[in-house]
Amino acid sequence: MKTFAYVITDPVGIHARPAGILVKEAKQFKSTVTFIKGDKSAKATSLMKLMGMGIVQGDEVTVTVEGEDEEACAAAIEKFMKENM
Amino acid sequence: MQTFKGIKIVNGIAIGKIKFYKVPVYEVNENLINDVAAELDRFEAARVKVQQQQHALFEKEVKEGRKDTAGIFEAHELMLDDEDLIDSCKEIIGESHTAEYAVREGFENAAQMFRDMDDPYFQARSADVIDLKNSMLDVLFGNDTDSLQGTEPSILVAEDLAPSETVKLDKNLLLGLVTRLGSSNSHTAILARSMNLPTLIQCPDVEESWDGRFAILDGYNSCLHIEPDQETIEKLTAKHEDDLKKEAALQELKGKPSVTLDGRKVRLYANIGGPKDIKAVIDNDAEGVGLFRSEFVYLNSKTDPTEDAQFAAYKEVLEKLAPRQIIIRTCDIGADKTIDYMHLDKEDNPALGFRAIRICLSRVDFFKRQLRALLRASAYGNLGIMFPMIISKWEVLECKKILNECKAELESEGVKIGEKIEIGIMIETPAAALCADELAEEVDFFSLGTNDLTQYTCAIDRQSANLERFSDTHHPAVLRLIRETIEAGHRHNTWVGICGELGADPSLTETFLSMGVDELSVNPKSILPLRGNVRKVDLSKLAKPTASPVKTAEPEKPATPAPAPAPAPAPESAAKSEKPKGFLGRLFG
Repeated sequence: MKTFAYVITDPVGIHARPAGILVKEAKQFKSTVTFIKGDKSAKATSLMKLMGMGIVQGDEVTVTVEGEDEEACAAAIEKFMKENM
Repeated sequence: MQTFKGIKIVNGIAIGKIKFYKVPVYEVNENLINDVAAELDRFEAARVKVQQQQHALFEKEVKEGRKDTAGIFEAHELMLDDEDLIDSCKEIIGESHTAEYAVREGFENAAQMFRDMDDPYFQARSADVIDLKNSMLDVLFGNDTDSLQGTEPSILVAEDLAPSETVKLDKNLLLGLVTRLGSSNSHTAILARSMNLPTLIQCPDVEESWDGRFAILDGYNSCLHIEPDQETIEKLTAKHEDDLKKEAALQELKGKPSVTLDGRKVRLYANIGGPKDIKAVIDNDAEGVGLFRSEFVYLNSKTDPTEDAQFAAYKEVLEKLAPRQIIIRTCDIGADKTIDYMHLDKEDNPALGFRAIRICLSRVDFFKRQLRALLRASAYGNLGIMFPMIISKWEVLECKKILNECKAELESEGVKIGEKIEIGIMIETPAAALCADELAEEVDFFSLGTNDLTQYTCAIDRQSANLERFSDTHHPAVLRLIRETIEAGHRHNTWVGICGELGADPSLTETFLSMGVDELSVNPKSILPLRGNVRKVDLSKLAKPTASPVKTAEPEKPATPAPAPAPAPAPESAAKSEKPKGFLGRLFG
């Protein structure tokens, strides 16, 4: 399992469009991607749940990636988040 | 006559019958069903169909150049792929409910989740879920919502319009829009602005009984008159016809040359902020882009933008607007535009601080990323590169040296570069204006940034309300620097343009033309009115500027009261003249 943490810098947090692209991105991999903030978590397969976490600027999000292609998947997700969130 | 107030989004007048946009209210059957499999199939078929509809809306918006609204439909498409949402609906059907019931409950729960959130952005997303719920119910009930707008041209009145409703409206039948809800950033408002459609939002009195009644929407005065009296009809009809005439006159100017009566040509270019403005450049018939502010690539990014990301944005503009010349200004951040990842120190006096070319020449790797992206993009169109905030010749030489290094690198990598790239600088400091002769030797063009030039020349911060009395946007010192810059440029075969706000000031068009300006770069909306102005000027009929003051066209809004003529060195002619002096008179007098 790969895990990394990221602090959101985007002023509106994880909003609809980037969250949507994030879901698309995650679906390209076989690994299971989970976002965790405090006691809330959401799998990357659910756009609504992901948005429902209400992740806003300054929040630290922990991302776990588990599966056969976890290396590549974690790298892709982390890159996307850094560029867009 | 009844008159109702709202908040206007677009000026202008609409005259016609009201059509009330009535959203259907569905009676969902709560009876239990036997054939679960059949309901699951209906649900899935509706989901796929709505997803296709959303995709079609997305493509329509992309095609029409509206990236912002396109993003909404892209998100809608993805919401309909949401496994949790799909599973929760299927689960409800599994308990022997109809697909309609499952959609109502499942989507309503999802919308409620958003409504319960603290953040206003996320709260507003409940509207997206409700929009999808309604689209699903439309399909399941077999309702055709396209007919809600009616078949005659009308002023559409609605409680509110969801994004998908707004986009589906037949624009040919739309005279104006009035809604009870909505905000100035809503989809309705965005659409109204892009169509230049008279629109009122937040009109609290909206009611269904208005349907079919004759009305006039007066955007100028933010009100709707229902069954207006004869006087109002006559007054507003005349105003409406006048608007149409003016608009038609502007449309007539499309494709016409920007040339004075006596044959002097000037190039009318547009100022833009990014690929989103491509459509405006074309729609307003700009002859090129005189100022492409590249800041957006820095401001829209969380990290230092890569060379590839910049290249993609520059290429898009160059390619789509070819063969027009596109002048891209290199990074002009600092001063009031700060960016976290640049880690710039806080300054007490940022306007005079570490900004623009000063940052670029201090952080060469950062600068090179942009120059390489620009050079790579140059293969796709007609590129000009412009350096901002220049005060000294050595800065220009260093910029050119770094640019040549980038060129050599790219050539050795086998990358194609445009054959002819013009190099220019902004003249926005008094230092540059006064050294224009030396600077002109090094560049193909100058572009006068009149906003900063005025601020630095007059030592007046334009943002300060206390200084309004002292501020003079037509200060003779600024006009003199502009004239001298143009003359210096021409001595060295360097063409000279103006890209600040003064360029679009109709009261100065004649002045700038008589100074010999080669290009005016203004916001896209000002292009056609400016062309109309240029085509009325006859430079051959201008009296010698020094002989007598020349009357110029009145500005649209009266300028701030001009201060008394400069006291000490007031030229004698000015003191003796009894006639009011025009700008040329103030400049040359």
